[in-house]
Amino acid sequence: MSGLSGAAAVAGIGATEFSKESGRSELQLACEAVLAAVADAGLTPADVDGLVTFTADTNSEIHVARNTGMGDLSFFSRIGYGGGAACATVQQGAMAIATGVADVVVCYRAFNERSGERYGLGQADRAMDIGADRAAYSWMTPYGLNTPAQWVAMFARRYMHEYGATSEDFGRVAVIDRAHAATNPAAWFYGRPITLAEHQASRWIAEPLHLLDCCQETDGGQAVVLVSAERAADLPHPPVVVRAAAQGSGADQHMMTSYYRPSISGLPEMGVVGRQLWAQSGLGPSDMDAAVLYDHFTPLVLPQLEELGFCGRGEARHFIAEGNLALDGALPTNTHGGQLGEAYLHGMNGIAEGVRLVRGTSVNQPKRVDNVVVTAGTGVPTSALVLGAAQ
Amino acid sequence: MTAVEERAGAAGADDYEARLQAFTGVELVPQRRGSDPVNVPMIRHWVEAMGETDPVHTDDDAARATGRSGPVAPASMAQAWVMRGYAASVAPAAGHSPFDDLAELLAEGGYTSVVATDSEFTFARELVPGDEVSVSEVLESISPEKRTGLGVGRFVTTVKTYRDAAGEVVATQRWRLLRFRPPGRGPEPRALRPRPAINRDNAFWFDAAREHRLVIQRCAACGTLRHPPGPVCAACGSLEQDTVEAAGRGAVHSFVVNHHPKHPAFDYPLVVAVVELTEGTRLITNLVGIAPEEVAIGLPVVLDWLDADPELSLPVFRPVAGKGT
Repeated sequence: MSGLSGAAAVAGIGATEFSKESGRSELQLACEAVLAAVADAGLTPADVDGLVTFTADTNSEIHVARNTGMGDLSFFSRIGYGGGAACATVQQGAMAIATGVADVVVCYRAFNERSGERYGLGQADRAMDIGADRAAYSWMTPYGLNTPAQWVAMFARRYMHEYGATSEDFGRVAVIDRAHAATNPAAWFYGRPITLAEHQASRWIAEPLHLLDCCQETDGGQAVVLVSAERAADLPHPPVVVRAAAQGSGADQHMMTSYYRPSISGLPEMGVVGRQLWAQSGLGPSDMDAAVLYDHFTPLVLPQLEELGFCGRGEARHFIAEGNLALDGALPTNTHGGQLGEAYLHGMNGIAEGVRLVRGTSVNQPKRVDNVVVTAGTGVPTSALVLGAAQ
Repeated sequence: MTAVEERAGAAGADDYEARLQAFTGVELVPQRRGSDPVNVPMIRHWVEAMGETDPVHTDDDAARATGRSGPVAPASMAQAWVMRGYAASVAPAAGHSPFDDLAELLAEGGYTSVVATDSEFTFARELVPGDEVSVSEVLESISPEKRTGLGVGRFVTTVKTYRDAAGEVVATQRWRLLRFRPPGRGPEPRALRPRPAINRDNAFWFDAAREHRLVIQRCAACGTLRHPPGPVCAACGSLEQDTVEAAGRGAVHSFVVNHHPKHPAFDYPLVVAVVELTEGTRLITNLVGIAPEEVAIGLPVVLDWLDADPELSLPVFRPVAGKGT
């Protein structure tokens, strides 16, 4: 167990509604989410002295702080690599608290990802520069490999080839997510479950990905508040302790297109994260009572289960088909509906669901959840958490 | 019957491609002398217009100080000495040259618009006042029909040879035009493929691609191949690098068939593959000459070239003959 494990706890969560057109600025969404999370923690904006968000976020810390009535900030930090940043924002906050750099850290993410700049449209026509990040797209966009769905489809095809997985194996992830979303009033797809047949009949986006393998696009904001575990004990909600928080980037890492490694059917960066989670927390996969696995596209849920040690390599399709991800299964997963069903909030809504699971307040609460693993974006340098109940 | 017509006839008079290709090697413009010999007044006008400040072009003393016997013409003025002048360009001379025949044949194919795309000069010696320059032009190649950002067209490459009064070659120029169908006539021009972001680390690769060479970056110290390229060898840390030219053989490592969203530069369904080359590196590419449903992991493929537009040529791959369809 490391010095990080158990040092910090999530004391509050807050979000806007999840929609396709928020009708307000991204900054307003960020402020609303932050204020809601601070209120949920039983604190005021003046208590906050640290802020963490994504490099992809347009809402700089100073704008959020000024508009919400925060005063002095002693810590502000940002994480790169798209949705891979989600759980790393909590890691940043936990480290700041563990080292005494900050006392109350809010992690946030807000965007008009559906009504504004849609990631799903891809990189083909984005602004040009000659930095290394933009130049990396030179190896793909001239060939028409432009969008996240297409990038993931390349991995998915190889995974199918090596392990015998099928489109239906991916579809089972979508069916589970949508089943959970169907009973979550906050979810975009509330009341709208799907069948495997509907998944199979949905149109191709990028073979082997059907439409229903792809997450939605969302306008909204989500924030979480971190304090020390001791202080959390004095706040209104039961503390949700950060038992482990890890980042990971693998050898020969690229953004969504690490196609040059000897094997492209795994997610080595999630392996890097997983090994740290278990080492930090002293826990293992069998100690997890639930999971929130990043699901921008269904196929990469499978190698996550493998990299984290819930099943052997290539065996995730069996693990899923056996019903383990359902509410009555061994590892209830994406109980909020995931990003396919609830909202695409770049993984931050998954952290909030992890908190609710430990609090026992998920709309799809499976049973007592002492520990839950939450992951961030796949195919990119990523991060994950183990959240647990105070002992 | 001209030599061109004879050769086209042998391949079938109704075969447009053969009639075009019959021009290969034909002298389009016979040796033609410039109106005036190389002279200092024209040099002075030219360097003023171009902003060229090197005194060796106009100042006798400055030129002699460099070991020359007097002023020399700027090298790239070679073209200027043989220009026909304004009057000739608006009132073409009587008579029909092979150049006119080719222009008519291209117009027959709908390629009525023209834009210059490349000019590569090789200079044998400097021109000095008094030199009498002449030029001849020979057709080197006519490309297959290409889709470009301007429209569907063909790249027409000629070689112009510049000679002095003694008949010695003073310069050669490889000259490339895109002859294309203007918008609204024939197929609409389509959007350009997304531009690569060219920087100091990747320019060599796209430059080589324009010459239809698929290169792989190689560490000059330890020989490790790498793609995508980068500034440092991850194996040994060396900053020195060169390239090897790929043999152009490989196999499909994975692939996708894109349907949505549709980018206007591409036809859908669009097959994008990761191909593993026999050299061991992989690259993202398009597969051509095969139906999407025929593509499979492991499919042996061979290099082909796509001239997407005058600025962008890309390596693509097709099934090895006899594999796929």
